Amino acid sequence: MNAHDSSQTDVRLDDSPELRPEREATVGSAGRRRRPQRGERLMVPDAEFRSYYGRPVLQETPWQAPDIAGYLFLGGLAGASSVLAATAELSGRPRLARACKTGALCALGGSLYALIHDLGRPQRFLYMLRTFKVTSPMSVGTWILTAYGPQAGLAAATAVTGLFPRLGRAATMGAGLTGGAVATYTAALVANTAVPAWHDGHRELPYLFAGSAAASAGGLGMLAAPLAEAGPARRLALAGAVAEYAAAKRMERRMGPVAEPLKRGPGGLLLRLGTGLSLSGAAAGILLGRRDRRAAVAAGAALLAGAICTRFGIFHAGLDSSRDPAYTVEPQRARLSHPSQAPS
Amino acid sequence: MTLLEPDDPATSSGYADHPERMGFFTDTSVCIGCKACEVACKEWNHVPEDLLGFTGMSFDNTAGLGANTWRHVAFVEQPRRLGRQESGLVAADLPAGTVEAARDRTPASLGLPSHDGATGSASDMEFRWLMASDVCKHCTHAACLDVCPTGSLFRTEFGTVVVQEDICNGCGYCVPACPYGVIAKREDDGRVWKCTLCYDRLTVGQEPACAKSCPTDSIQFGELGELRERAARRVEQLHEAGVESARLYGHDPGDGVGGTGAFFLLLDEPEVYGLPPDPVVTTRDLPAMWRHVAVAATALLTVAAAVTWGSRT
Ligand code: SF4
Ligand code: SF4
Repeated sequence: MNAHDSSQTDVRLDDSPELRPEREATVGSAGRRRRPQRGERLMVPDAEFRSYYGRPVLQETPWQAPDIAGYLFLGGLAGASSVLAATAELSGRPRLARACKTGALCALGGSLYALIHDLGRPQRFLYMLRTFKVTSPMSVGTWILTAYGPQAGLAAATAVTGLFPRLGRAATMGAGLTGGAVATYTAALVANTAVPAWHDGHRELPYLFAGSAAASAGGLGMLAAPLAEAGPARRLALAGAVAEYAAAKRMERRMGPVAEPLKRGPGGLLLRLGTGLSLSGAAAGILLGRRDRRAAVAAGAALLAGAICTRFGIFHAGLDSSRDPAYTVEPQRARLSHPSQAPS
Repeated sequence: MTLLEPDDPATSSGYADHPERMGFFTDTSVCIGCKACEVACKEWNHVPEDLLGFTGMSFDNTAGLGANTWRHVAFVEQPRRLGRQESGLVAADLPAGTVEAARDRTPASLGLPSHDGATGSASDMEFRWLMASDVCKHCTHAACLDVCPTGSLFRTEFGTVVVQEDICNGCGYCVPACPYGVIAKREDDGRVWKCTLCYDRLTVGQEPACAKSCPTDSIQFGELGELRERAARRVEQLHEAGVESARLYGHDPGDGVGGTGAFFLLLDEPEVYGLPPDPVVTTRDLPAMWRHVAVAATALLTVAAAVTWGSRT
């Protein structure tokens, strides 16, 4: 071949598209057809799962468990405690209300510490307030906390000092209303990721988180309020624990193989422990916590411990599911081969 | 999400007057695994060193994309033919000493090339070596950008997705959001980093460093529409040449991320290269999630009221 009349052997010296011969090279076209089949053997689609040296498809989520799993618990506790504080105040249970308000403020303080501590650049925390994005649950959550925080703080401060009771009552109601959002938005926060066990649970996680938050707030109420006023706390704990259990069961059933990390490994263990503690704490609260102060304290502590286990369990199950490429690849493969069965 | 022009992210991000959407077409069939793209990217973008060691994964000692790796060349060795190509490899009988030394493990022939075609008792061994340079996909619907709470991640006028390092506060939300596992946090720095599609070079009319350095034009940079046409022709050409495993990945505006700005021609299933076979931007399900959150929050308030007033006090 003459190098002058063809670009095939030219060394490229500029970016002119006409001088790009290599990109047209047809690999695999050389050689004889020695086999009956034409060209390469098209393999029967592999039944077994394939990956790139078993490496995860997703990046490791850079969140620290004590910070973010801790925040899932504390945020839920704060939000639901404010809700309980509001109903307690309106129904004339001042000591239950005060206990819940102080508890909510402490949990909120812990939440803010955890959230800021987990940032790669904590001094840029306020950059969260640069925008509002409904596509980002973290942005929405920041604004929910911005609305909720001062009201929860005011509610607790007025309850403890006894000053400005009318302002305190307004703040209590405001914190109660926003508290519901504080306790549940974190479900959208974790579910709006590519982490299989979190995202695939996006329908049930809000209920699971609401239930867990209610159970922990009930536990706090039982722990800190006198028996005579703690009736709503006991019943809220029971309702929360049952809702959490039901949502978790439903989630596991619907998620299929992706639910494995919720049942096995550290995540599975924590979740089982969490359910056990919550349900037994709630039952003990209702059955024994009405008359016996020590039983009420023990039940409340079990509920709080149960909620911690549940949140850390969900957190770790998610991380586990993102570390194994099978949980990313296989559901997507299944979706491609059976588009009609794809969950909407 | 309401995105009026699904294939024109710059317009849906508010650019009234903007250049054509730019992207990469990475044709892995001509990749020779030289890693010039990895080096050029590191040099141009001052990306710090990462892994210095051996992974045992063929010639891939980079391991994967990350905060300090914005181009990554994957190497896959497979016992099958590439098109009609003859590998020239032979499966030789193992020397007795090797078999003995292996004891209870199963020794395997590495199929070293034969010079006379008559080594041992072997016949031609099927073998092919896949190489592919991976990069941020610059998704049409980019999950990383959707979830960024600070606005650090933004859409450029070229339709690409870029992190502003002076804004990022290292919340890390974009990292699990990316369905391709691209963006990651630099530990000693606290912020996230990824391919910018050489935004600085694009603004002065230069092509990205990796595409510039690629000696075989496996990485092709250009206007996305033109690249898609070119890629479609290329797949046909390869099919005609007998390489029936050639397929495009990320070229389809109807896929789960609305098509990608950086798309690929692959010779096997995406997962073989470490790519997700059917990635989706999870923000697609966010309206449903917010609905469930609203119902759950309302239920929490209702139940709290019910347990307070619903029974005798
Ligand atoms: S590939 Fe990942 S990091 Fe790149 S634009 Fe898409 S979501 Fe963002
Ligand atoms: S880590 Fe930075 S770029 Fe990523 S979501 Fe957070 S602020 Fe945005």
